[in-house]
Amino acid sequence: MSVALVKEKYSSKVGEVVLGATAEQGGTRTHTITVGGDSALPFLHFEGETKNRPVIAMEVTDVVPSWNDLIKNQIGDVINNPAAWAKKCVDEFGADLIYLKLDGANPEGENRSPEDCARIVKEVLAAVGVPLIVEGCDNAEKNNEIMAVIAEASTGENLLIGIAEQDNYKSIAAAAMVHKHTLIARSPLDINICKQLNILIHEMGLPLNKIVIDPTVAGLGFGIEYVYSIMERARLGALANDKMLSMPIICTVGYEANRCKEAYATVEEFPGWGDLEDRGVLWEAVTASGVLQVGASILVMRNPAAVALVKKNIADLMGK
Amino acid sequence: MIIFGERINGMFTDIGEALRNKDPKPLQYWAVKQQEGGAHYLDVNSGPAIPSEERVEAYEWMVNVIQEVSELPLVLDSTNYNAIEAGLKVCKRPAIINSCPAEQVKIERVFPMAIQYNAGIIGLTMDKKGIPKDAENRVAFAMELVAAADEYGVPMEDLYIDPLILPVNVAQEHAPEVLESLRQVKMLANPAPRTVLGLSNVSQKSPDRNLINRTYLAMAIACGLDAAIMDANDDDLVDVAATAQILLNRSVYADSYLKVFRAR
Repeated sequence: MSVALVKEKYSSKVGEVVLGATAEQGGTRTHTITVGGDSALPFLHFEGETKNRPVIAMEVTDVVPSWNDLIKNQIGDVINNPAAWAKKCVDEFGADLIYLKLDGANPEGENRSPEDCARIVKEVLAAVGVPLIVEGCDNAEKNNEIMAVIAEASTGENLLIGIAEQDNYKSIAAAAMVHKHTLIARSPLDINICKQLNILIHEMGLPLNKIVIDPTVAGLGFGIEYVYSIMERARLGALANDKMLSMPIICTVGYEANRCKEAYATVEEFPGWGDLEDRGVLWEAVTASGVLQVGASILVMRNPAAVALVKKNIADLMGK
Repeated sequence: MIIFGERINGMFTDIGEALRNKDPKPLQYWAVKQQEGGAHYLDVNSGPAIPSEERVEAYEWMVNVIQEVSELPLVLDSTNYNAIEAGLKVCKRPAIINSCPAEQVKIERVFPMAIQYNAGIIGLTMDKKGIPKDAENRVAFAMELVAAADEYGVPMEDLYIDPLILPVNVAQEHAPEVLESLRQVKMLANPAPRTVLGLSNVSQKSPDRNLINRTYLAMAIACGLDAAIMDANDDDLVDVAATAQILLNRSVYADSYLKVFRAR
């Protein structure tokens, strides 16, 4: 008996965003990366095209991070040197992009100057050929200062810079616009604020194809279902031609997954949970594959072993 | 919610005069102004300003002068199908034919023309005998139009069923019948045909026209109305359409939803 597949037909698609710029385009990247462009729900190849493969950005910080040793040991000595660390992520771990988090700018920490931050960005740009994502520290006011300087110092590179939030978006959106970068718009797991922030940024004059949505995610076991439903709503909006929800989505998977106790507590503490080495990898990898299923275009990850698993998962899902 | 701007119609004095004098300016003024107001399509109707033997030429002229200033697709509104066809020939974007009643002779003229020019059709739930009083007979006519679309290969998303609202001050009993028709028309096929109303008709010659239009629009959208031929420059009316979309959860809420509804 033959079975006719019931296919959903959508009127629109997810917008495409290009990251990075080659020498011809005014930057120094060896290649650019295009994300988005899907015309159906993720990986339903029989309904529509999953145009661009989801990509993995590996996280690099400008100060030695307080991550668990199982991750730090894989990174090794280069953890003291953002440029060398970034190079290792690309060359050895197969990162598609580098996500540089400038925690050292935090006034409560090293309080690095904007110029110092810009220098580190330049060093990482020089060390790798892949496009770069740059985020500041956890202090909004300081971030406005450093991102303005970084944006100017890297004019033409088409960095993906972050983050713009509803109560602090104007300064960084202006920096992205003037110096031709792409912007991360972050909302706190709230589809209405997500859409409103995109509208506000777009009203300032930044084109829709220069915005990437960060919906804020959660690790496995800590509300990932809620993340899923928010992302699904955004994706269905994009496919129904809601231009203000049509941007590709970035998910800070590594940060969220590794905040979960399950990703770092030892087997001695919780004998029933099994060996931490596998558990930590799986916690990040499963969090990543969860958000992949609902349309993540850029996964920001930490654990090289988890990256390897998710790369394989993406290849399988893409059918290649 | 799709808004068909109603203003380019020879029944209005300025447009009637412009048509007689071949002055493109008033048509172009209203094309731009309605687009700014929130119109997605522009309805184009010569009305009685042009003698019927000159309408073929008039529709071609109207389409051309409007397209000089506006990118919006057009709704060609006439009972003279040769005039509509002349307009379709010069339309740069897929247009909509306004309109075709549920009469076999007219269906045979209009539906093949829609296929030929990749146009949509507004199908009226009436025949030679006029507009039915109740929902049941309106829906029966709608079914004939849906069957015709199926027969000629017109996709349901290109068929706009108009259950024909009459002025509330003289034909009050029609208003609820039209709402019921909208509900039932949406269940005639899967996918369902689209629905449309000539909204301003509901308030003809009533003193509180705007209020009646707004109230009826909100009610009709809740019953399944997809499009309306309406005053695209009544900001409050356009706001009602945008708000109804939100309250029916058809579009994700954002604080600036009114502005986004008008954005292109």
